[in-house]
Amino acid sequence: MNEDKLIIGGREFSSRFILGSGKYSLKLIEAAVKYAGAEIITLAVRRTNSKDNENILDYIPKGVTLLPNTSGARNADEAVRIARLARELGCGDFVKVEIMRDTKYLLPDNQETVRATEILAKEGFVVMPYMYPDLNTARDLVNAGAATVMPLASPIGSNKGLATKDFIQILIDEIDLPIIVDAGIGRPSQACEAMEMGAAAVMSNTALATAGDLPVMAEAFKQAVEAGRKAYLAGLGRVLTRGASPSDTLTGFLRD
Amino acid sequence: MDNQYFVDSDKLSEAALKKKHSLENDPSSRTDHMQYMEGMEQIKSDIMDKVLSEVRSFDYSQYTARDVNAALNHDTCTVEDFKALLSPAAEPFLEKMAAKARLETQKHFGNTVYLFTPLYIANYCENYCVYCGFNCYNDIKRMKLNMEQIEHEMKVIADSGMEEILLLTGESRSKSGIEYIGEACKLARKYFRMVGIEIYPVNTDEYKYLHECGVDYVTVFQETYDSSRYEQLHLLGHKRIYPYRFEAQERALMAGMRGVAGSALLGLSDFRKDALASALHMYYLQRKYPHAEISLSCPRLRPIINNEKIDPLDVHEKQLCQVLCAYRIFMPFCGITVSSRESEQFRNGIVKIAATKVSAGVSTGIGDHESKYTGKESDSAEGDEQFEIADGRSFDKMYKDMSDEGLQPVLNDYLYV
Repeated sequence: MNEDKLIIGGREFSSRFILGSGKYSLKLIEAAVKYAGAEIITLAVRRTNSKDNENILDYIPKGVTLLPNTSGARNADEAVRIARLARELGCGDFVKVEIMRDTKYLLPDNQETVRATEILAKEGFVVMPYMYPDLNTARDLVNAGAATVMPLASPIGSNKGLATKDFIQILIDEIDLPIIVDAGIGRPSQACEAMEMGAAAVMSNTALATAGDLPVMAEAFKQAVEAGRKAYLAGLGRVLTRGASPSDTLTGFLRD
Repeated sequence: MDNQYFVDSDKLSEAALKKKHSLENDPSSRTDHMQYMEGMEQIKSDIMDKVLSEVRSFDYSQYTARDVNAALNHDTCTVEDFKALLSPAAEPFLEKMAAKARLETQKHFGNTVYLFTPLYIANYCENYCVYCGFNCYNDIKRMKLNMEQIEHEMKVIADSGMEEILLLTGESRSKSGIEYIGEACKLARKYFRMVGIEIYPVNTDEYKYLHECGVDYVTVFQETYDSSRYEQLHLLGHKRIYPYRFEAQERALMAGMRGVAGSALLGLSDFRKDALASALHMYYLQRKYPHAEISLSCPRLRPIINNEKIDPLDVHEKQLCQVLCAYRIFMPFCGITVSSRESEQFRNGIVKIAATKVSAGVSTGIGDHESKYTGKESDSAEGDEQFEIADGRSFDKMYKDMSDEGLQPVLNDYLYV
């Protein structure tokens, strides 16, 4: 178990819980990171476009890997520009591509996401694209050079959990990159379920930001993600749907 | 009961007074407010028809407590649910509405609250809008800042810590032309991270030019969506043309602006119908332009210079709160701005329920930021205010008060791409 590492862009992580930094007080970021045991934190590049004493970057503890996102981008070109700006700002080479041309549900534009991923991967970014769980798009993202694939569980901020569960499972089964479940995870139990399914990691923001006690909820998520991962590695037991296994097997007549 | 809007200044010439009275009393002396004037672009859009047809059929007396309960229990709020929430039947449910609105605000915006300030650069106006302090017949000190003065104002505001600015002018194309506004916007980009405008409606190519000057957000108030009431309140000038104003946000989006805002000025007409129309206007815009960032405001009528008695009539704080909760439940993703027309107490309360943006360090006058911010006597002329503000908190005080309320003030969450 000790060797169970999450590897993204050649970097090793012990934690499989990626924390968001939006929608809550800057002063709580440090506690959230600590209680969540998070090693990766996302932040909106547009939030870094502020003066020094208000800059979100100053509130993120040292040693945590920054995962700047391109929120605000409406197409691939804008996402590429935002990603380059993040690099210039010293946010490193990791980038979470988020492209939305819908302000109501904030659903990602898969086509533009593939396009941005291809450009940014060529420029040496470790690209982690946020996407709607579609197998064809996921394959395109792999070919475009993505480092992970980040399918949404349900709309951002909805806390509705694994609404796209079956489709995420298909990605987990078919795609060789780490599948990181992003958006819509509202409870630790849902995070745990995603990990049991074989997700490589879970990312959450709103569920923590809207909790009564943010640090405690961060810890609950940490434990849930760890439990789910252990369950996945252990192998889930069989589920008997009709009481018991039949004693007379259908294939018992076969001789050799 | 209605406000007494008509005030005669003793500085008006006899001819001007005669024209004013004729406009006020003789509808036949006024132009057709539904006819575009020369130079006004006409776009193909069905949004106005859609909004007005919904408003026409909105009989809010028909809704009952049962409809309100159903609306509060639905996961997503339909247009019918929204109408129930705006009806008088919803008034006893205000606390429940506030609880639901708060949940939606938290889900979409967390505890963040955006701060901005308006900067009026000119108060010349060619319109006679009877309730507005800038109207062309009102005897006020007029002024238009030159670029040097604008830059000075911007420095004072930027030094206070503000990062988002909304540039405003009176509605006078001849005094405050597009290039003048464009140059002011270019200056604003030097001092602020985010620039919005609230100016007279313009054509698509002009919005495009302003966008190139650094503007990404356009606010236009329809004042009232009730066409016949609009006709009685906007007696003269370009602003009289109802459909051209209605379509301003759409032209702005067609020109590439990222976001638009709008609303009625509550208190001018039937506020429930105006609230329905305001939200539906933004709702249909977002459906047609899904990438657009949509924002609603909720201004209520305020007293003006030379007419202290103007008030928002039946739109009391409770009704305003009801409207804002209904907006939030109907459009959870929508920005909601509450201006300094409202009191400190109201704004402190509403940011915890529905509002996502408040102004601070506000002056609706011209060229008076230095005297207002620093208390330093100004040696240059100042222009009069558009209306009386109710919350005069400075940027620092607002920042502190919002933090004390458990909120995270955000000065900028925007990149010009």
